[in-house]
Amino acid sequence: MYESMIATLVRIPGHNGDEIEAYVARPEAAFSRGGVVVIHHLPGWDRGSKEIARRFAELGYDVVCPNLYTREAPGASPEDAAAVARAQGGIPDERLVGDVAGAAAYLRGLETSNGKVGTIGYCSGGRQSVLAACHLDVDAAVDCYGAFVTGEVPTEFPLKVTNLVDQLPGLRAPLLGLFGAEDKYPSPEQVAELERILAEHGKEFESRSYEGAGHAFFATDRPSYNVAAANDGWERIATFFGKHLGA
Amino acid sequence: MCTYTTVQARIDGSAKGPGVGFFHVGQATVYFDHPVHAMAEHTLNIDLADPDGDPARRVALELTAESARQLVDAIQQALAAVPEELKA
Repeated sequence: MYESMIATLVRIPGHNGDEIEAYVARPEAAFSRGGVVVIHHLPGWDRGSKEIARRFAELGYDVVCPNLYTREAPGASPEDAAAVARAQGGIPDERLVGDVAGAAAYLRGLETSNGKVGTIGYCSGGRQSVLAACHLDVDAAVDCYGAFVTGEVPTEFPLKVTNLVDQLPGLRAPLLGLFGAEDKYPSPEQVAELERILAEHGKEFESRSYEGAGHAFFATDRPSYNVAAANDGWERIATFFGKHLGA
Repeated sequence: MCTYTTVQARIDGSAKGPGVGFFHVGQATVYFDHPVHAMAEHTLNIDLADPDGDPARRVALELTAESARQLVDAIQQALAAVPEELKA
């Protein structure tokens, strides 16, 4: 446990070299360690996302949480920026990959880096964590209830989101998936499809679905928060990152 | 669940929130998803904004599904009570 930490705002190069905002949290101690990119949920770069970043710093990682909506609404409050991003149809996958690449490069450039970087995302960020791990050299990825990794996207959805079925064979890192058994997006059937596809392609995949939990069970400031699922989920994440991002 | 479902309407009018005066709104974004503030797992959310303006100039509503239906009904009743020539 590294309770003494430094948390600050920085600007890092993202997709196409664009400068984007990022929240950085780091243990205040000099030792070699892995890095974690926290990919925020659809509601934006909010307090909850930054709390998660600090928790990973407490676990002993250097952490970056990029503001994926920097370009849509520079300087706006997280909820206003999220409203703009949603109204514009969400953010393109290619840009997300570029922004996560920038965050991973930032982490690997820190003097404390052991060269290993993992990604984790929640809600839309869960899908984006898988997406990034299909295109970037990361060492571990965690998908917390990301919708449309598998499954069909209803045609009337204005958000420009597609499933990742055609990209999953290219997954480059071990994946941990944490889901709510009561969730509809992703549904237990969609999670089973993910498991089947990754098994077919010989990918390393650990998965856990929590009975009684729905979507967003890690979100402490929402009625969907589920103590049992969140506590067990945090333990699994700590073990998973400890195994793959350790020295 | 995170529905992602989003419906948009072009609108023309004005809105006001605390701390700012009235401002023009040209777009309504309507979606049923997790609220930021309301104590419900899902709400019908409405953002009224000027797509070309400052993102902070936005009026946001998070209503339970039943409240949203009541609001729709109230709007329909108010419109129905007005002579057609006034709505042209």
